[in-house]
Amino acid sequence: MDFLTIIQILDSTIRLATPLLLACLAGFFSERAGIFDIGLEGKMLIAAMFSAAVAYVTGSVWLGLLAGAASSVALAALHGLASITFRGNQLISGVAINFLAAGMTVVIAQDWFQLGGRTPSLFGGARFEPIILPFAEAVADVPFLGPIYAELLSGHSILVYVTFLLVPGTWWVIYRTRFGLRLRAVGENPAAVDTAGVSVVGLRYAAVAICGVLCGIAGAYLATALQAGFVKDMTAGRGFIALAALIFAKWRPWPAMWSCLLFGLLQAIALRYQNLDLGVFTVPVQAMDVLPYVLTVIILAGFVGKAIPPRAGGVPYVKER
Amino acid sequence: MTLMKTFLGAAAAMAVTAGAALADPAIIFDLGGKFDKSFNEAAFNGAKRWADETGGSFREIELQSEAQREQALRRFAEAGSNPVITMGFAMADPLSAVAADYPDTKFVAVDVTWLDAPNVRQIGFAEHEGSYLVGMLAAMASKSGTVGFIGGMDIPLIRHFGCGYAQGAKAVNPDVKIVANMTGTTPAAWNDPVKGSELTKAQMSQGADVVYAAAGGTGVGVLQTAADEGILSIGVDSNQNHLHPGKVLTSMLKRVDVAVYDAMKAGENVETGVFTLGLAEEGVGYALDENNAELITDEMKAAVDAAREKIIGGEIEVEAYYTNDSCSALDF
Repeated sequence: MDFLTIIQILDSTIRLATPLLLACLAGFFSERAGIFDIGLEGKMLIAAMFSAAVAYVTGSVWLGLLAGAASSVALAALHGLASITFRGNQLISGVAINFLAAGMTVVIAQDWFQLGGRTPSLFGGARFEPIILPFAEAVADVPFLGPIYAELLSGHSILVYVTFLLVPGTWWVIYRTRFGLRLRAVGENPAAVDTAGVSVVGLRYAAVAICGVLCGIAGAYLATALQAGFVKDMTAGRGFIALAALIFAKWRPWPAMWSCLLFGLLQAIALRYQNLDLGVFTVPVQAMDVLPYVLTVIILAGFVGKAIPPRAGGVPYVKER
Repeated sequence: MTLMKTFLGAAAAMAVTAGAALADPAIIFDLGGKFDKSFNEAAFNGAKRWADETGGSFREIELQSEAQREQALRRFAEAGSNPVITMGFAMADPLSAVAADYPDTKFVAVDVTWLDAPNVRQIGFAEHEGSYLVGMLAAMASKSGTVGFIGGMDIPLIRHFGCGYAQGAKAVNPDVKIVANMTGTTPAAWNDPVKGSELTKAQMSQGADVVYAAAGGTGVGVLQTAADEGILSIGVDSNQNHLHPGKVLTSMLKRVDVAVYDAMKAGENVETGVFTLGLAEEGVGYALDENNAELITDEMKAAVDAAREKIIGGEIEVEAYYTNDSCSALDF
C-alpha cells in the first residue's frame, strides 16, 4: 500500500463519511432533546428525491437543496407531531417514516418523470461541482503535503466543507449557548426545564426541525453531489449506520465526527480491497461491512466505557397527570 | 322463474369469462424492482410488448423481501394465472417447493436451469458468451491495458458474467489487467449507486479505463461516474448506451424481454424443459446503436463478430463459472 493509495482511500473516506456525519449530527440534535429518531434514513431518502427532482426541473442545485430540506423538515414535523404533540411511540413513528419515504419517493418520482422511480440525470448547474481549493494545482507536486492538499482536501463539493464546519458549530451551539443548554436539559430532565418557564414542546420541535434540515442536506448531498440523480432506495442503510455512529460517539459532536470518519474508512477499505490481506490472515469484505454494527454493540454492552443515552430519550413529556 | 334462470345463466356465463380472464399470465419481479434499467426492466418491457400487441393483460408483483417469494408463487397459481413467470436465480428453491402442488399450471423460470420439475420452463442465458464479447471490446478500447468489472451482489451468476468478461479481455490482450469488485453480499447491493461510484473511482485509481457494470441499479452510479471522469463504461442486460451517449462503450444484452415475450405469447401451452439462450439463439449479444457508433471501430466490430461466429461454431469455448465454481481467467 503506497502513499498515493492511502491518500485515495482517505479521499474516498471523506466522501463516504459526509452523508453519515450529516445524518449523525441530525440525530444528535434530535436525541439530545429527548426525541429518538430512527427515521433518519427515510428523511434522507425523501430529501434525495426532492432535491434531485427540483434541481432537474429548475436547473438550480440550490433550489434543489432547499426543496430537499423542506421535504425532510415536513417528515420531521410529522415525527414531531406524532411523538411530541400526540405523545406516541417515537420508535414506531420513526419506522413509519422510513416506510413512508421508501414508498412515496418511488411513487412520486414515477408519476413525475415516468422513468421508473428514478429522476433524470442531472448536469451542469443542477449538480454540486467539486471545488478546487486555491493553489491546489500549484502545490500538487510538493512531496507529502502536496498530494494531501491537492487530492485529499481539495476537490470536494461545498457541502463537504460545510458539513465539517458544522461539527465545531454544533459543539458551540450545544455547549456554549443558552439554547444548547436548554436543549440538553430537555433531553435529561424536561420537568426542570418546564419549571424554569421554558417551553419543552417548543424546544423539542426546534430540535426536530434542525434534525430535518440536516437530514435534508445529507439527502441532497447523496443525490446532487455524489450522484447525478435519485435512484430508488439510494440511501442503502446509511441512516442506520449514522445512528450506530451516534451511539458509538456516545451522543457527543466531536466523537461523532471521528466515528463517522472511522465508519467511512471501513467502507472505503472494503470497497478498495475485496479481501484485505493482512499477511497472517485475510479479512473478508463481509467482516468489514459488519464492523460498524459490531463496534456499536461492543460500546453499548459497556466494554469500552459506558454509552449513556439522554435520560428522557424516548419518553413523551406529560405536564400534568 | 324464467327470468331467474336467465339471471343465473348470465351470472354463470360471467363467472366463466371471469375464470378465463384469470388465466392471464403473471410475472414476479425480483428484488431489484421492475424499473432497474436492467434485468427486471427488460422482462417488464417484454411483458408490456406482449400486452400492447395482443391487447391482453398480465398480473405482476415486485418482491420486497425474501419471504414473499413462495407466497407470491402460490397466490398467482391459486388465482389461476398461467403461465407464472419468475425472474432471477433466487426463485429456484421456492419453485421446487411449489411447482409440484400445481401440476396444471405452467411456470417459467428465468435464470434457473437446474430444477427437476415437469411443468417448469427453465430459461438460462449464456451470459459468459455475451460477456466474452464485451470483454474483447473493453480490452480493445482500453489504452491503459487495465479494465474493470463491478458486480452487484456476490453470487455465482455475477461471477459467471465476470469470468466471461475476463476471458474475452485476455483473448485480445493476454497481458491485460482485470480489476474486479463486488458491491456487496446483500440484496441492497443491487441499489447502491453511491457505492458504485466509489468502486469506479477506486478502479480508476488502479488504472482501469473501461469498466463493466453487472450490478442492476448500482450500475447507474458506475456509468455516471465513468462518464463524469471521462472513462468508458459497459452496461448490462438492457441496452444502456443511451444513458450517456458517446460514453458508454456498449452494453451486454441479455434478451430477457424476448424470453418473457415468447413465454407469454405461448400462454398456457408454453413448452417446458430447460432452454439455454446463447449467441446462436441471439439470447445474448452486445449493443451497437447510434449512441456508441463512434466508439466501436470497424476493426473492433470485425474482431468481435469473428469471435461470435467461432463461439457459435464451437471453435472458441468460453469457460463457464458454474462448471467447477471457479474461474481460471479471473480471481475473485
